[in-house]
Amino acid sequence: MSSSPQKPQPIVQPESEKYWDGLKNEEIWLQRSKKTGKFQFFPRGISIYDPSTGEAGVEWVKASGQATLFTFAIVHAAPHPGFVGDLPYITALVELEEGVKIPTNIVGIEPEPENFQIGMELVPVFEHHDGQATLLKFRPA
Amino acid sequence: MPNINKLKNLSGQAHIVGVGESNKLGKVPEKSPLAHHAEAAVNALNDAGFELSDVDALFTAGWSTLDVAEYLGIQPRYTDSTSVGGSSFVIHVAHALAAIEAGYCEVALITHGQSGRSDRAPIPRNPGAPMAQYESPYGIMGPPISYAMAARRYMHEYGEDRTRQAMAEVAVSTRKWANLNPMAYFYDVPATFDDYHNSRWVAWPFHLLDCCLVTDAGAAVVVTSKERAKDAKNDSVAVLGAGEGHDHSMISQMPDLTSAFGRNTGPQAMEMAGVTHADLDLAMIYDSFTYTVLVTLENLGFCGAGEAPDFVADQRTAPGGDFPLNTNGGGLSYTHPGMYGIFTLVEAARQLRGQAGDRQLDNCELALAHGTGGLLSSTGTVVLGRA
Repeated sequence: MSSSPQKPQPIVQPESEKYWDGLKNEEIWLQRSKKTGKFQFFPRGISIYDPSTGEAGVEWVKASGQATLFTFAIVHAAPHPGFVGDLPYITALVELEEGVKIPTNIVGIEPEPENFQIGMELVPVFEHHDGQATLLKFRPA
Repeated sequence: MPNINKLKNLSGQAHIVGVGESNKLGKVPEKSPLAHHAEAAVNALNDAGFELSDVDALFTAGWSTLDVAEYLGIQPRYTDSTSVGGSSFVIHVAHALAAIEAGYCEVALITHGQSGRSDRAPIPRNPGAPMAQYESPYGIMGPPISYAMAARRYMHEYGEDRTRQAMAEVAVSTRKWANLNPMAYFYDVPATFDDYHNSRWVAWPFHLLDCCLVTDAGAAVVVTSKERAKDAKNDSVAVLGAGEGHDHSMISQMPDLTSAFGRNTGPQAMEMAGVTHADLDLAMIYDSFTYTVLVTLENLGFCGAGEAPDFVADQRTAPGGDFPLNTNGGGLSYTHPGMYGIFTLVEAARQLRGQAGDRQLDNCELALAHGTGGLLSSTGTVVLGRA
């Protein structure tokens, strides 16, 4: 067999460079509305909580990395050839301490439903890939 | 916000006069997606007794109206490629109503054609979209995984065992309807509760039988003014109410995984139509997954939050039950090429006209058709009545 098919890679946009660069340094940077203090994920050119001030209404803040499990699924049928070798794998939405939900994978745990509790505490795992984006995954705390 | 008083004046002013599927649904590798559009368009126009040359407005999703009009050889004076997932075609009915009433057009053709199973050239997604940037790298791609995560959250909030039982109820009851529809993919294939529980996992908590089909199919609907509807060959169906909208695109941005936008579009469509839940004889609710049905029943107000498992218990939605649901066999067991919403309209119209064969309901006078698109992202609701 030749090398396994490529997984989809993020096409980084100007407003998200800081987020993806941060992951390479094992830091999670989020946008916050200067006026309301509310965080948003994903990065945008405006704050959805204070749109009228445009880009100036947004500031970048380093997140703590503390997270809890909001929901998950155990994938048994690959949605893309690049994930066939990972089956079964865990997709999840996790809630960061800052109040945003992010899409991710849970690693370091056997993919059986009974191993997961909604609300369980998680910590970040920065998954580096040569020449590619660093992915932000989570494992049980 | 929608002006409900203005909308009430539009209630019943447009009629569906023709509906049709493409000739063969299921595995149809010998037909292109555009051929499904064309075949269904001709069938719907024949059903209406209208000609393609009568059509002055074109609506489609997935494809651009540019491509579909060119393929059909028509030059529409009103064009609408609103494409917000499988709900789009239900939303097109509302857009057609508005365009007809405003005077932009008189005969609106809504077409759908998709070869989810056999397409030689599937349409690529936008690689610059946030979904491709933030979800796809983690293998969060395609509907089953996203809907499964929503369903798991519902189970957390309202109970895993009763949700699981309700998902099975929907899968089995919908299959029973398909067993009455000769056009259904699973017409000849019954399914039991054991079949449900024994089917393989696609994305836990979803079994295979929680998931819709992936087929090749087309459908079309012809909408015109109440006046022009008098020229139609068959009975027409009045568009009594409509609502549309969306609250996110990718699943990680959904404000509440247990509440889709039908919470707004259902009440709007019913208020515009001046009807209550008890008045409705049929609910055609987009069943991309069993969970989609449960959450939608709640969003539309047929029952309260967390109550859908009780609502669908004991095969209440199956043939002979007191809440007829998805009588064509649904996306789960009839057909689902990828964007199924138009088929809810086709079946509602047939039931209202008394043309549903072995699955025909007694006294079907009012029906609700509801589409859900994207990743529980968009919804469109219409209330249709026998004219």
